[in-house]
Amino acid sequence: MEVADERLNASTFEELAMPLFDQLFNFAHWLTQNRSEAEDLVQETYVKALKGFSSFQPGTNFRAWIYRILRNTFLTSRTGLKATATVPLDTEDAPELPAGPDTPETIFIERSQQQLLQSAIGTLPLYFREVLLLCEVEEMSYQEIGEALTIPIGTVMSRLSRARKALREKLRQKLQGG
Amino acid sequence: MADDFTAKLDNYLDGELCTVETKSVELHVRNCPACAADVLSRVHLRRAVQIAGRRYQPSAEFRARLQRQVAVRPGFSPARAWLTAASVIAVLLFAGMLANYIGHQRLERQHAFSEIADLHVSTLASTNPVDVVSTDRHTVKPWFQGKIPFTFNLPELSKSEFTLLGGRVVYLEQAPGAELIYQVRKHNISAFIFQDGAVNPAFRADSGPRRRLSFNAQSWSANGLRYFVIGDASAEDIQKLADLLKDAARS
Ligand SMILES: [Zn+2]
Repeated sequence: MEVADERLNASTFEELAMPLFDQLFNFAHWLTQNRSEAEDLVQETYVKALKGFSSFQPGTNFRAWIYRILRNTFLTSRTGLKATATVPLDTEDAPELPAGPDTPETIFIERSQQQLLQSAIGTLPLYFREVLLLCEVEEMSYQEIGEALTIPIGTVMSRLSRARKALREKLRQKLQGG
Repeated sequence: MADDFTAKLDNYLDGELCTVETKSVELHVRNCPACAADVLSRVHLRRAVQIAGRRYQPSAEFRARLQRQVAVRPGFSPARAWLTAASVIAVLLFAGMLANYIGHQRLERQHAFSEIADLHVSTLASTNPVDVVSTDRHTVKPWFQGKIPFTFNLPELSKSEFTLLGGRVVYLEQAPGAELIYQVRKHNISAFIFQDGAVNPAFRADSGPRRRLSFNAQSWSANGLRYFVIGDASAEDIQKLADLLKDAARS
């Protein structure tokens, strides 16, 4: 029965999607850097995901799927287009970052330096910021990140390592009062 | 001091090394003060990032709004309606639902065209509208390789009035696709190509030349690909470009 199926679908969708609401909002806010834009982005994501839920394959990763929708929606938004306009499509083609000293990093962030860290994350280029947040905050596996960003695992690894390097570099500058 | 293990430390902390490698890193870190200090610093930083990264919380108002949108609406159950004396109401309800459903489908199709129009407009509004700048289809076509999960043929334009400006990767909802930007008589036209099966069914309706939001547009499917051509050029020019693309797809 069509009606019954639809209701079943909707309830499954709700069960899968609502627990991710806080995380998705947090991620959306980091992408858009603006509360009301983040709300619009999350709302559009849920509308699209609900509508496209029949194309979601049960047993595959729902979280990666809905993050992918959110991120693709963001990329085609005005803010997203602006954020990517300055970055080459494929960051792997970007020149290597200047290498820091070869000694172990000794950057220790105190609680009082939260703001400093937040502003450092906020100023990372989009492709670095998103991969870092998915790994550290969402604690996604490389596989999951690859699915969310539609990039191969090798690219996840190289992008992540560049992102961490860039973050340490930014912190070093900020801590040195730069 | 950086050594052979330094490069593996992040993968190790991410839990992405196989058992054998994990063991070898652990053993090394226990005996190498430099790597031990490095691990400590990395753990410290990633904890700090984790805390700093959980920064934004949705408002209660927004949560309630979204919850209402996603919540399962208590729909009517046909079986129960049949059992009760209210079957007349049920029939009326069903008719209403049907009308709603048809209206909904039409709305979805309109929505589909506005999305395509949105994509086209965002390209025009973008500071660098194309990621691959080339008038040569032999440059543009291979550029998409590895960026989208399908290939396509582009028409030879030397005998036409159209010029190819370049291309970019676009997403229609979650489906990746190609956008080619053509120019004719100073009008920009976008041609979008997606996998037919990957796009929402609402996008899969063929349409002849149609006018929407001051754009002319056309959509069709060929070889499992869904094409959209849209722009502020005349319906005739849109038709001509569509024909060129259709011919190329056949060759
Ligand atoms: Zn070592």
